[in-house]
Amino acid sequence: MSASLAAPPRRRLRLSWSDARLRGLVWQVLILGAVALLIWYLARTTAHNLATRHIATGFAFLDHAAPIPIGETLIDYTPSVSSYGRALLIGVLNTLKISIVGCLLATVLGTLIGIGRLAPNWLLARLCGAYVEGLRDIPLLLQLLFWYGLMQTLPAPRRALHPLAGVFLSNRGLRVPALAWRPGDGWVLAAFGIALLGAFLWARHAARRRDATGRGLPLWPAALLVLGLPAMVAIALGAVPGLDRPALHGFNFQGGLLISPEYAALLIGLVVYAASYIAEIVRSGILSVSTGQWEAAQALGLRRGAVLRLVVLPQALRVVVPPMTSQYLNLVKNSSLAVAIGYQDIVSIANTTLNQTGQAIEGIALIMAVYLTISLSISLFMNWYNVRIALVER
Amino acid sequence: MSASHSSSVERAPTLALGAPLSRAAFWLRSRLFATPVSAVVSLALLYLLLRWGWDFFGWAVLHAIWQVPHDAAGLPQTGVCRAAEGVGACWAVVAEKYRFILFGFYPYAQQWRPAICVLLFIGLYAASAQQRFWRRELALIWAVALVLIGALMWGGFAGLPLVADDQWGGLPITLILATFGLAGAFPLAVLAALGRRSRGMPAVRMLCVCYIELIRGVPLISLLFMASVMFPLFLPAGVDIDKLLRAQIAFVLFAGAYLAEVVRAGLQALPKGQSEAADALGLGYWQKTMLIVLPQALRQVIPMLVNTFIGFFKDTSLVLIIGIFDLTTTGRTAIDEPAWQGFGNEIYLLLAAIYFTFCFAMSRTSARLEHLFSRGQRR
Amino acid sequence: MSEPAILMEHVQKWFGQMHVLRDISLSVETGERVVVCGPSGSGKSTMIRCINRLEEHQKGRIVVDGTELTSDVRALDTIRREVGMVFQSFNLFPHLTILQNCTLAPIRVRRMPKREAEELAMEYLRRVKIPEQAAKYPGQLSGGQQQRVAIARALCMQPKIMLFDEPTSALDPEMIKEVLDTMIGLAETGMTMVCVTHEMGFARQVANRVVFMDRGEVVESGPPAEIFANPATDRLRLFLSQILRGH
Ligand SMILES: Nc1ncnc2c1ncn2[C@@H]1O[C@H](COP(=O)(O)OP(=O)(O)OP(=O)(O)O)[C@@H](O)[C@H]1O
Ligand SMILES: [Mg+2]
Repeated sequence: MSASLAAPPRRRLRLSWSDARLRGLVWQVLILGAVALLIWYLARTTAHNLATRHIATGFAFLDHAAPIPIGETLIDYTPSVSSYGRALLIGVLNTLKISIVGCLLATVLGTLIGIGRLAPNWLLARLCGAYVEGLRDIPLLLQLLFWYGLMQTLPAPRRALHPLAGVFLSNRGLRVPALAWRPGDGWVLAAFGIALLGAFLWARHAARRRDATGRGLPLWPAALLVLGLPAMVAIALGAVPGLDRPALHGFNFQGGLLISPEYAALLIGLVVYAASYIAEIVRSGILSVSTGQWEAAQALGLRRGAVLRLVVLPQALRVVVPPMTSQYLNLVKNSSLAVAIGYQDIVSIANTTLNQTGQAIEGIALIMAVYLTISLSISLFMNWYNVRIALVER
Repeated sequence: MSASHSSSVERAPTLALGAPLSRAAFWLRSRLFATPVSAVVSLALLYLLLRWGWDFFGWAVLHAIWQVPHDAAGLPQTGVCRAAEGVGACWAVVAEKYRFILFGFYPYAQQWRPAICVLLFIGLYAASAQQRFWRRELALIWAVALVLIGALMWGGFAGLPLVADDQWGGLPITLILATFGLAGAFPLAVLAALGRRSRGMPAVRMLCVCYIELIRGVPLISLLFMASVMFPLFLPAGVDIDKLLRAQIAFVLFAGAYLAEVVRAGLQALPKGQSEAADALGLGYWQKTMLIVLPQALRQVIPMLVNTFIGFFKDTSLVLIIGIFDLTTTGRTAIDEPAWQGFGNEIYLLLAAIYFTFCFAMSRTSARLEHLFSRGQRR
Repeated sequence: MSEPAILMEHVQKWFGQMHVLRDISLSVETGERVVVCGPSGSGKSTMIRCINRLEEHQKGRIVVDGTELTSDVRALDTIRREVGMVFQSFNLFPHLTILQNCTLAPIRVRRMPKREAEELAMEYLRRVKIPEQAAKYPGQLSGGQQQRVAIARALCMQPKIMLFDEPTSALDPEMIKEVLDTMIGLAETGMTMVCVTHEMGFARQVANRVVFMDRGEVVESGPPAEIFANPATDRLRLFLSQILRGH
């Protein structure tokens, strides 16, 4: 083809030490060789050590029954019956449970404090500033120990704090009313799903309508649909969903939803700590949008809310996404400190597993694999998002 | 505007109302009571601040217990503290335990040695924060000081009894882990950052990327576990590295990956022209890197390096989980004793104050340097 | 019509303790083109920004197109719709395309159908001679092009009054002309314009009246030929000599 004629000639490797490419090649071979040698040496000694200690390698232990008592499980688990694999899966789920809720709450709290730091009210701004400065400079582990200690000084269930009807705070954790599952609730749930879909379609229709005629449609029918349809179905079926209220039986509470002291302490600690970093990110994000943008949008007749939504936030988001990603990653990794206060996340359960089975290498490899997967997923998602919203420059 | 116009100057309307207001009143009005909403927020915050402040003052000072009596066997009688629980702080626990918290199981009579080490560390930090000390000699001073610290801690010469490192504890351990970790990680980080940016050596680049991303993708705890349970398996029988050193190695690996990214940011920020100019002068790769590229790139990221170091300093507390007696661990151990159980808050406050002092001083330094650099750049 | 497009009566403004507008009275008739000049810091920007309430005046009265500017939100909405503004630093929205920049306000504020708004925007982009850039982002345009987009964006709201705050001072000399030409073209359509600028050539060619401000006061005002030929005050004389020396 003619194209290949136009291609630059490939340089041939000269066998001379003054050729930069040859040097590069030699260096690479040397470095990689050294690393390979090191790995080979470590692997050999490790294999030898394991053999003398009669530890079998491999992941066969995942199928063995696990005598680990686990307090918080999202899926069924019976100690000494269920397998190690299942126990570890519960650990992963618990890690996800704390990470997802933590990221959401930290974002909310951090955003509020970041905006608070920019408030015209001097006292509010100063207090938010003190929050950021203070919490960042104290190790998270220490904060977790403090929160956990605080949970333990709460009164026993019999004298539980009772701030709201149905809410009990004691050293066994926080009990709140939960939605009770009754026959017919499935239909209500289905109605809710349909209503959500309907609301979504309505919103899309309204947007199209606005494009076509300039006048959008009100959004209250959508809200009415989401609230009304499930309620109507519930009434029609006579199955008004009830609340499962916690009540004291003997020494402890029954019913309702339990948030364990470990989970609560870990959540508060992670959220409060991460929020101090997120606040700074949000603040600098907002400051990065020049006042000129506000003024130009206002001069065009847009109201404050519309300016914020259409002009300022989309721009602030671009500045905020990359550092926010690393904060989310940090929060997920920091959730591993759960092991210090006895919340059974993946690190805690893997640690117990490796102590019981002696499978140290496999246990640690599992922990790392789980975190690498989570980290990679978050990074990939946020990178994709960041590319999608990137500004076009010259 | 200018004073010559003062006769024609009308007062701003906000001031013109009522009697002449002082500057303070004007300030209060514009910063705290500008709008009704702002006024409500201010009052609510002031109320909470005063109330909680007063409660805390009552707990920490007014009703606090500073000393407890000891019985015949020398054991502390903490009954008074128990009686005051929730009302007043029991600072007696601090008075009783501060030596243990600061220095751990280091022999009591020899604790002046770690104390001097702590002072040496603080002196080193303080000197390094001053720009006028940034000379070649500083590296020498660091080397000498670190050797001196090691010698003092171990002893075994000049009549100083030998103290094995499993007896060390408290603040010196925290400082050692952080400082030696940084010192070890720095060269590693520079190499990894250079490797990651090397165009001509894809295999080396991949290796560096793997190292950096692998370490940054997993929590520090998993590395510490690795150090405490896996490292012994790596070594041939008979060879044994002690726990502190293993943790230190884990820290170096960990810090190296994060610092590498900081260094890389500095390398990236350097205008391409610098490297091209060095090429044009005929400098070789290492000459170019050591003389032109690195000095500028590193200088650029000093504030970021300090911030990263603050992170490591706080992260050293994680060794609690593998049972190394750093400051956090000694603090926690202090309240394991039955007599002192339940007085965690007092101890945690003390620990928080110590960590805060170090970190706050460092973050101020970082902010100051950043300010300085950005000013220097504009010129 | 006898009622002026803009009426300012004894307007005063302070920034903290600093008195930046002292008793400004000015009226601009419909179709009139006023150029405001004066030394730096004299309050020109502040004055022009009071007209669409980007700054609030604290004393006196401002009436724009028959609506008085008060803290009333509806009055503000009305006025912002009728008054377009062009800034020294363009202030285009970098995350929106040129076309989206122009249609944002017509759709959101005037509630115009999207199609119509786009046609209108293309029309004005043609008028400022950059219809081919419609799909690009502001970051991809030159300064002069960006400023012309900013003018088109303001015009898309079909305002009765246009305010310009030093529209050419952030531009390189070769780009100034293309923006000034656009503004001259706009003046020829009979638009009411208030323009802060130091482009004296533009003032001579287009302005009905030149207003000279110094230290927060209107010192002199009159037709450009008169004002430039025989300044009545020393302050204006000094200012003119500085400007002319600068050029
Ligand atoms: N937001 C503000 N806060 C405090 N002072 C301000 C503010 N905006 C302007 N000023 C001050 O008010 C005075 C008038 O400013 P203004 O911007 O109106 O001047 P100008 O005539 O437009 O000057 P230039 O030609 O430099 O643009 C200046 O002394 C300025 O420092
Ligand atoms: Mg101005």
